[in-house]
Amino acid sequence: MSSSSSSSVGRRDIVALEGVTKRFPGIVANDSIDLSIRPGEVHVLLGENGAGKSTLIGMLSGLQQPDEGRILVDGKPLPITSPRHALALGIGTVFQHMMLVPTLTVAENLLLGGPWWQRPKTEELAARVAEITRSLGLTVKLHAKVAELSLGEQQQVEILRAMVRNSRLLILDESTSMLTPKGIDELGALMRRLVEQGLAIVFITHKLKEAAAFGDRISVLKLGRKVGEIPPERFRALGEQEIISEIVELMFGKQKDDPEAVERAVRADAAPLLQVTDLAVAPTDNAPGLSSISFDILPGEILGIAGIDGNGQKQLAEALAGQRATTGGSVRLEGAAIEALSVGERRQRGLRYLTDDRLGEGTVGTFPVSINFFLKQVGAAPFWRNGVEQRAEIDKRAAQLVRDYDVRTPSLKTPVARLSGGNIQKVLLARELAEGAKVVIFNKPTYGLDLANTLASRQRIRDTAARGLAVLLISTDLEELLSMCDRIAVIANGALVGTVENTDDARTKVGRLMIGLAA
Amino acid sequence: MSIDTAPTASATALDATSAAATRRDILHRLLMTLGPILIALVIAGCILLAVGVDPLAYYGFVLEKGLFSPLGIQQTLTRMAPLLFLAAGLIVAFRAGMWNLGGDGQFLLGAVTAAASAPVLVEIMPAWLALFCSFLIAMVVAMIWSLVPALLRAYQGVNEIITTLMMTFLGTSFANVLVKLAFRDPSTTVPQTRTLPVEDRLPRLFDTTITSGLLLGLATIIIVHLVMTRTSFGLKLRIVGANPRAAVHSGLGVPGLTVAVFAISAGLAGLAGAVDIIGVQGNVRADWNPAYGLAVIPAVFLARMNGFAAIGFVFLLSVLSIGGESAARRLGVPNTFTLVLVSIVLIVLALAEYVDHRYHQSRKA
Repeated sequence: MSSSSSSSVGRRDIVALEGVTKRFPGIVANDSIDLSIRPGEVHVLLGENGAGKSTLIGMLSGLQQPDEGRILVDGKPLPITSPRHALALGIGTVFQHMMLVPTLTVAENLLLGGPWWQRPKTEELAARVAEITRSLGLTVKLHAKVAELSLGEQQQVEILRAMVRNSRLLILDESTSMLTPKGIDELGALMRRLVEQGLAIVFITHKLKEAAAFGDRISVLKLGRKVGEIPPERFRALGEQEIISEIVELMFGKQKDDPEAVERAVRADAAPLLQVTDLAVAPTDNAPGLSSISFDILPGEILGIAGIDGNGQKQLAEALAGQRATTGGSVRLEGAAIEALSVGERRQRGLRYLTDDRLGEGTVGTFPVSINFFLKQVGAAPFWRNGVEQRAEIDKRAAQLVRDYDVRTPSLKTPVARLSGGNIQKVLLARELAEGAKVVIFNKPTYGLDLANTLASRQRIRDTAARGLAVLLISTDLEELLSMCDRIAVIANGALVGTVENTDDARTKVGRLMIGLAA
Repeated sequence: MSIDTAPTASATALDATSAAATRRDILHRLLMTLGPILIALVIAGCILLAVGVDPLAYYGFVLEKGLFSPLGIQQTLTRMAPLLFLAAGLIVAFRAGMWNLGGDGQFLLGAVTAAASAPVLVEIMPAWLALFCSFLIAMVVAMIWSLVPALLRAYQGVNEIITTLMMTFLGTSFANVLVKLAFRDPSTTVPQTRTLPVEDRLPRLFDTTITSGLLLGLATIIIVHLVMTRTSFGLKLRIVGANPRAAVHSGLGVPGLTVAVFAISAGLAGLAGAVDIIGVQGNVRADWNPAYGLAVIPAVFLARMNGFAAIGFVFLLSVLSIGGESAARRLGVPNTFTLVLVSIVLIVLALAEYVDHRYHQSRKA
């Protein structure tokens, strides 16, 4: 592990952390962390959810102050007191969630934050942007509304904003989590060009492949501590696979692959649990419609839905769960038509929908963990009697679910939004897989989770099917589908374009269907 | 930031230490309430000095007339009755995330229908039944008045802040029209409704002038608080308020709940009007509009939609308005200074809340 002395190295650190510690009530978010950030390097910060990455970024961008240790800027100890101060020091941050005003144009967004008594210098900006984009090989539509741009384009605008403000250090916080594979590659190339111009980049991710592909130097965080660093010299000497295996060892010890799939027998002779015939949904302003969706799922079977994000996956899940009005077709659960039933009635019959939007619709963030377990059972015995809350019953059952599903929470009363993504997902899993489930729809169940939680969630899904339930697994991660499903259907433009048995050549067949060729 | 401590063993341990934290919390809330009130009194005192009135004398009057004199405290407690009903209605609406700002229109329509029906009904049935029916009529009328914003919000997503405010303009005018045309008492020259005889009004408590409506108000707001915090119906409303998308996802009938919230909220506002008329005023004069609804909104916010805290804030509001009115008369300060005082208190309280929040944020960061 290299310590961050700035003198001996040819290129001096722009920013260095020395023994930085940050505590929050009940936890040590960062424990005595040393870090050196140098120009011309992509410094990857790698760690699972809750490893302390976000806190570290918060301190670098002036949002938070360390409790111990110090931050050196250009070799001099200097507290970074506010985000404005950080910008003035040349530290620009692109946060995980987009921080642009969607109703303004790109140019207007870039001009935000200028002195209020001056007219915005539009021409100057255009010239400056032209200069930057030319050297980086980007094209940016200055007069387009931000809302009309794709997520990848929006991210380029955010990077551009940092560049316009003369940043020397660019921090990218989980920047790839919203991007398509192509967008991720473009971002990687862009980072490479930026460091070639002498910029320093801190790139935060929990995806090993990206770390190995885009980094020059990798620091691995685990539970608030820095557990290891791969400096550029070693990085160049190792191949990608060696780097990945070294990181996996640092992060997880030995456990790296999915556990062996449980033997699971699809009861081919049984009647399908879920039958969908010619399901159709009208398109809306911002979502595609669905047309002629038909499939069956047998007991114990996992049917995957593959496809590029935004091709109607969410609409399909919502239409099945009863949250979205359909314009035609039938949905049968155990042979009985349910398309006219409400969300609650479908749940009663045993249809469960595990949403991909965990905080947006899956939970009420300000409510305690215990109540969130029963959000879909409000009023039901034994947790409510004659409409009156039975707190003891609720807490007893919630404590049991917390144990069974290994939810890491300080207490049952903790607002659920304060948990990490993986633990919120465990709350949802516990809720949807509770007694009475027959058909479960999983929508992107491992999206945004770290490796340990991803593996745990996948195991839950396999166990669910092994119990004889029918599983619909919607995912944009083809590897996930190939490793878990019995059959994979491909959705494109709101229609199922084909269904493939998950055998050895499934990968190519699904791939061909996804890009619009016949399997 | 995620909080990954050991799973459940520590959960119970943390619960045990929370008792001390709760006590500290209550102390903090008290400080955050009394401190700003003192500051507000100083600011208002400066204004009084500027217009040449001795602030100490003014505050002395306010306390004496609003709190310490037997007659004053009785008036204060009587004033609380309609305010408590209004606060209860607002708690239901605000907790469900629906901003019913039409309290005044609903209040006045409730008041007018109660004033019109009570004197007629007492002549044909026992007094208690007549008053009960008047309450019921006032409530139903106010509920019907809230249907337009409720249905628009539930099925068309029209912003209820605008619609309820518009309906309150219509409602106050409509109430006036009713007083002047339909329900006008022909035996008087001033336009007003028939007066309910004093002996038929709500009984007074013991040997005081305090209306028994106060007890009804207290019971109502406590019941509302318990319903909102302890029952499945209350939880459903709170889910709708805290995260409407989660409510849809959980299978709650959001449109139906929306209409129910508006009906309850408006019904309570209508009852507030009825309790003021049947308990205290006896009739409605033309152009009478005490605008209680707007005054109660900040009190409910400062109480953080907690029923018990709301009782405290409503009491404070009543002391200030009753004491302020008589102090203003004695010292020649315009009557509206009461409003100035009340608003300074509310603004400083809100500012203190904001500063406190910022302080906590920066300490956390």
